[in-house]
Amino acid sequence: MSIILTQSFTGISIGAVLLLIALGLSLTFGQMGVINMAHGEFIMAGAYTVYLLQGPLSSAGMSLLVALPTAFLVAGAMGVLLEWLLIRRLYARPLDTLLVTWGVSLMLQQLARDLFGAPNVHTEIPGWLSGRVTVIGGDDPLTLTHARLFILALALAAVVALTLALRLTPLGRRIRAVVQHRDLAEASGIATARVDRITFFIGSGLAGLAGVALTLVGPIGPTMGTNVIIDAFLVVVVGGIGQLRGAVIAAFALGVLQAVMEYSTTVSVARVTVLIAIVAFLQWRPQGIYTLRTRSLA
Amino acid sequence: MLEITGLVAGYDRSTVLHGVTLAVPEDGVATVLGHNGAGKSTLLRAALGLIRPRAGTVLLDGQDVTRLPAHQRVRRGMAYVPQGQQSFPQLTAMENLRLVADGLRDGRAALDEALDLFPALRAAGGRRAGLLSGGQRQQLAIARALITRPGLLLLDEPTEGIQPSVVAEIQRTVLELSGRGGLSVLLVEQHVGFALRAAERYYVLQAGRVTSAGSGDAQAETAVRRALSV
Repeated sequence: MSIILTQSFTGISIGAVLLLIALGLSLTFGQMGVINMAHGEFIMAGAYTVYLLQGPLSSAGMSLLVALPTAFLVAGAMGVLLEWLLIRRLYARPLDTLLVTWGVSLMLQQLARDLFGAPNVHTEIPGWLSGRVTVIGGDDPLTLTHARLFILALALAAVVALTLALRLTPLGRRIRAVVQHRDLAEASGIATARVDRITFFIGSGLAGLAGVALTLVGPIGPTMGTNVIIDAFLVVVVGGIGQLRGAVIAAFALGVLQAVMEYSTTVSVARVTVLIAIVAFLQWRPQGIYTLRTRSLA
Repeated sequence: MLEITGLVAGYDRSTVLHGVTLAVPEDGVATVLGHNGAGKSTLLRAALGLIRPRAGTVLLDGQDVTRLPAHQRVRRGMAYVPQGQQSFPQLTAMENLRLVADGLRDGRAALDEALDLFPALRAAGGRRAGLLSGGQRQQLAIARALITRPGLLLLDEPTEGIQPSVVAEIQRTVLELSGRGGLSVLLVEQHVGFALRAAERYYVLQAGRVTSAGSGDAQAETAVRRALSV
């Protein structure tokens, strides 16, 4: 019994990582309609930020805490640069955007190989995150790792912060207005190009946070972002384009389904099962769990 | 207040406006009349900067704003109420207004002034704009445009598709606003009678060209109807 619960919890923590990645995508892909294939490399940038900070900051705990805001800023800045250099010229051309950002993704991966070497690197997990919590004791115990609990808390904090920011702040109102009706927003005195850039900064910054979270459960490598980005796109599509609450449900559902299927079958069969489930779900509800008309994917 | 000279504009490869020239007097109302597809809405969109003109100039208060993006023209005193009661449908009515008030120093007071104009919006403030009636959405659109306290209001068919009881209220508001002083209006309208009652100057637009113009006096209606029946 507890093995199912353990697998479910593993699934929830996989879902939490997916959610962190999907939150950023939900802004840039879901709300702005930009298919940014380099989003995965912003995750990678966040992860390497932890790696770089562990040198000068000898304490693993301190470097992780410093890495959270730093990775957000680094990945966010990369996103702004990409938006300013390329994406803003391609807003009405989604296929061109996809190809160009895929090219950027390959270039960033190569840059990481040149800077840090091709093999994966590891970071030290802080002492306070390397323990376990025993939820159910006895012969058949259920234990949860501190690291996965931390990732879950980080993802939920990001969801709450983003939701509150979008709902309650002037910037949030401007972002939602630009998503819903760009021309009317511009005609209402909102500098839409600036809002686009800020939205891209936040979306990319969230990918940086996801990168920090991934260092707690796996190695850091040049292709680490590519490995998870497709799943994150699936979360956004299943959740409903531009819908944060849909992304939350989809991320945890996909994470748990994958983890439970992996236990009862094999990794490959679990993967196939999840993809079949998604295809079947989208046949039934092509618009995803929730819907919102957005400007480019209406 | 607004001087448009030789404006050529359109979408992609099609040209909609072929050298339009018109002027809106200071504190006055000018109206643009014409059939569907004549280019009236395109003219307002180009005047605001939502469409880049291919030729011609737009002067606001004597300043050339032809190359400025729309949001900067709004900051210089232009406001726009688009056709079709447009709003941000997922935002509440109040959020639609606060969105504009956020950027102002005395946003709270500006918001209250706009709500005083249409008291019904206070009661509907918490509802999503997409769920409001057409009349309420149009009131919301006009209120949103007025929050910035503009010097020039571009109004695109404010009474189109609205129930008759609200049409009268909106027409009354437009007349009241234009009579206040400090506000010039460029009005696009299908109701010729109302448009000429409100305006000091009219322009008839046909296939992207001004084919007739004059002052909105007693003889104007006959002249306009003759021009439009051609």
